[in-house]
Amino acid sequence: MSLPTFKRGIHPKENKSLTSESAIEDFKPSGEFVYPMSQHIGAPCSPVVKKGDRVLVGQKIGDTEAFVSAPILSSVSGTVKDITTRMTISGGIEQCVIVESDGEFENGTTLVPRGDFKSLPPADCVKIVREAGIVGAGGATFPTHVKLSPPPDKKIRWIIVNGVECEPFLNCDNRLMREEPEPIIGGLEICMHVFPEAEGVIAVEDNKPEAIARIGREVSERGCKARVMPHRVKYPQGAEKMLIYTVTKQEIPPGALPAEVGCLVMNVRTLYHIWHAVTDGIPVTERIVSVTGDVIANPKNIRAPLGTSVRAMIDAAGGFTGDPVKILAGGPMMGISMRSIDVPIVKGTSGILALSANAARSFTETNCIRCGRCVSSCPMGLQPSLLDRVVRLREYAEFEAAGGMNCIECGCCSYICPARRYITQSCRDGKAGVMAARKKSA
Amino acid sequence: MDQLLSVSSSPHIRSETDTRRIMAWVIASLAPAGVVGAFFLGTRSILVIAAGIISCVAAEAIWQKYMKQPVTVSDLSAVVTGLLLAYNVPPTIPLWMVVCGGVFAMIIVKHFFGGIGQNILNPALAGRAMMLICWPIAMTTWTVRGVSGATPLAVLKGTDVSGTLPSIADAFLGNIGGCIGETSALAIIIGGGLLIYKDIISWRIPVVYIVTVAVIQTLLGRQGAPLMEIFSGGLMLGAFFMATDYTTSPMTSKGQIIFAFGCGLIASLIRSFGGYPEGVSYSILIMNLTTPIIDRLTMPRVFGEVKDHGGR
Repeated sequence: MSLPTFKRGIHPKENKSLTSESAIEDFKPSGEFVYPMSQHIGAPCSPVVKKGDRVLVGQKIGDTEAFVSAPILSSVSGTVKDITTRMTISGGIEQCVIVESDGEFENGTTLVPRGDFKSLPPADCVKIVREAGIVGAGGATFPTHVKLSPPPDKKIRWIIVNGVECEPFLNCDNRLMREEPEPIIGGLEICMHVFPEAEGVIAVEDNKPEAIARIGREVSERGCKARVMPHRVKYPQGAEKMLIYTVTKQEIPPGALPAEVGCLVMNVRTLYHIWHAVTDGIPVTERIVSVTGDVIANPKNIRAPLGTSVRAMIDAAGGFTGDPVKILAGGPMMGISMRSIDVPIVKGTSGILALSANAARSFTETNCIRCGRCVSSCPMGLQPSLLDRVVRLREYAEFEAAGGMNCIECGCCSYICPARRYITQSCRDGKAGVMAARKKSA
Repeated sequence: MDQLLSVSSSPHIRSETDTRRIMAWVIASLAPAGVVGAFFLGTRSILVIAAGIISCVAAEAIWQKYMKQPVTVSDLSAVVTGLLLAYNVPPTIPLWMVVCGGVFAMIIVKHFFGGIGQNILNPALAGRAMMLICWPIAMTTWTVRGVSGATPLAVLKGTDVSGTLPSIADAFLGNIGGCIGETSALAIIIGGGLLIYKDIISWRIPVVYIVTVAVIQTLLGRQGAPLMEIFSGGLMLGAFFMATDYTTSPMTSKGQIIFAFGCGLIASLIRSFGGYPEGVSYSILIMNLTTPIIDRLTMPRVFGEVKDHGGR
């Protein structure tokens, strides 16, 4: 029997074995920690500490009144050295709070361990999630308390746990599922407590049999009313729309959120945070990052405090064995290439990937030969070759009419293109062009 | 690490398959048909093939150099056109005619329209059509191992009353009169099968095209249908290697089926009712012209949208 999947998509080389068998290692560096005030989708935070203040682990250092946002917490104890602008991992310049660690990791969270969540009203759980600074850990960093507060007319029928991890090279979710499945399933139970009518489905790609087995055992031992659903290995299975389609056979209408089709999608790491925040009073101050790539000496999965520099992370993995031409935040399909490694890791950093010139080859574009590979790989059912053409002609209205705004920038079209065209980039340009035109006419 | 990092838009990895690799597989898949052609039709075929390839590659290189464009002959697409052109002419043809056909295909059909990916007609087929108009006798003089003879299609048509139909086995293996690369259905199926196996072409166009011709001609009650009908003439070569040309065929699955059905219909009508015994080339050329509209009408449905974009 073939496993469930979505339509189209691609099969890039997985390269997972570099870090799939390396157990999570704790890394507690000292020195300077940098906290950008925007580590999520939504309103950036403002610093709530001053230069010279002493801060503790889990203490709020940035917050805002805005609903779609999440507070920023210190991951170390120490002194606020400066509040200034710094380059972030995505290449932007943002306001950051810089803390000099005292190496003590003294706890100062205001969260209290609640133990049994079942006696807590759901609204309290959502409040704790916000105060703990939890955002989608898969990479999109959408504030989790917002996800847990859907419009009242939208009934949540499925809670889909995203353990797909379809990006090549990355293993942070895989290792978490294998090593610490308890908080994941516990987090799912909390979500099911908030939405008692929802069915829990845990989606894992079939290339992680140990994770499937481990999670499955945890589910049955705890008596959790959820099912583990292995998915066929195909990129981008972990994309929210593809995942919801695979699990429920429903397509999210353009521009709509998962709640529209009764779904809530949570990354395994997000659930882990929810569990620790609610039952143990532990906020988000660290994350697991796969530090890997063909020029990393000892590729491994490192659990480090947020704000640790990428340089320190790479050093912790043994440094470089060759010259990296690209260093990515995230996986090779959707990751962002960094300009500098003196930037801090943030809540959405799932991987640090250093690639040689051979692994991250750049190519000269040639003419589109109309082979149709992009069309038969686009998971959104678009015609990428057409979008590429109209964007280069600056025909943004045509781009929009052809459905270009639905592009999820998964990169399948560029990956598969034999003419080596930068189609995904054209789609990004097209979306920006349409947005600019809308703004102008508004 | 002191060197500068390279910064670009994702994705940062690319598939191994590029245009050149695709063309190389097409060339490899065309090889069996050429070998069998040279075996049954005589070694002069090799000269014709060489003339086709050299004229196409040279025409492209000279044109691009003269037009101050990057010279792209290393993508091997000109080699494919040259091979296909040679496969579509008789082995006895004067070489200068092949050169004229190659230059016409490359410059007028391909580069006047913008080069690879931009042409609206299959260059090799348009080159062949030009040659058939200019030199009708030389283009339809058929021999097997130096002995002139009739093609099965000419016999079926009744334009060659002296000829007799070969056995199905001879037609399948390629021991019949015809163009260099079209006679051996077996060799073409092997090559075409390789292209399908390597995911370079889909089964849709060749299968729908051939089945359409087989069904229509059987329904029309043609002598020898369906097997003699599909093993003779250019149908096999056309269906596997010419109608599947990326640039001039639709990109969507649905569009490919419509396109292939149209090819099959037109080829059958020409064979049965037209002035020519063979209609494969023209059927593909005519359907090439419908490709933009087919693509437009068969745009895939965008994920999550209820209505498709077709006919917008």
